[in-house]
Amino acid sequence: MPMEKLTLSFDIIGGNFIAAGEASSATKAALRKIGLSNDIIRRVSICMYEGEINQVIHGGGGKAVIEVDERRVAITLTDGGPGIPDVSKALEEGFSTATNEIREQGFGAGMGLPNMKRYSDEFEIISKPGEGTTVVMSIRF
Amino acid sequence: MKLSDVREILSASVMCGEERLSEEVLSVCGSDLMSDVLAFVKDQSVLLTGLMNQQVVRTAEMMDMKCIVFVRGKTPEPDVVTLANQRGLTVMSTMHRMYEACGRLYSGGLV
Repeated sequence: MPMEKLTLSFDIIGGNFIAAGEASSATKAALRKIGLSNDIIRRVSICMYEGEINQVIHGGGGKAVIEVDERRVAITLTDGGPGIPDVSKALEEGFSTATNEIREQGFGAGMGLPNMKRYSDEFEIISKPGEGTTVVMSIRF
Repeated sequence: MKLSDVREILSASVMCGEERLSEEVLSVCGSDLMSDVLAFVKDQSVLLTGLMNQQVVRTAEMMDMKCIVFVRGKTPEPDVVTLANQRGLTVMSTMHRMYEACGRLYSGGLV
């Protein structure tokens, strides 16, 4: 388990599908550097990447903060987007509000939030229409 | 199976990562839907896809894959190949369709 604490922070740019994933990629490299196990790194990578894609597609961009301590990796994703009217509906596999354009890019099949929930140990969404969305996840060691 | 065997079985051309063809691979995932790839973790090493954007590379990177094979003779833009190469991923292109490419690799021993 890691001996050092680590905090990373990224600004995610909304609508830039080409750059989407760069923060996740940088996070993965940083976690590898401090010696986390492959299993933990992969789970964090999936959660963060799906979240980052959501921020780009739906949230109009936002902020991603990753904190590592002796117990876990915590990921906090905040955006100022339109918010989610029905969070429990959004968590259903297959439910999506993504456009056809996004679907043609390989996303928007309604698997993002379910994937994030599946691979995290703690998962919480705070969202209201018009007030943006915050997703907090943690992956325990 | 080595990546060089994948190339042979699929009669694929290598777009980057020629120097990594001796790497061993055990399993394959075939999909155009990246969230599906992310949903099923089983140490997949090769991604077969008809999708051709940067997110294919990102997905493969997040899943610790070793190789992306573009099916149906598709060739991605150079910046996609460059990103893959930077991430240590081998990229190939095969004329076979997804179904046939999967079948050939499955028959060859990849699951």
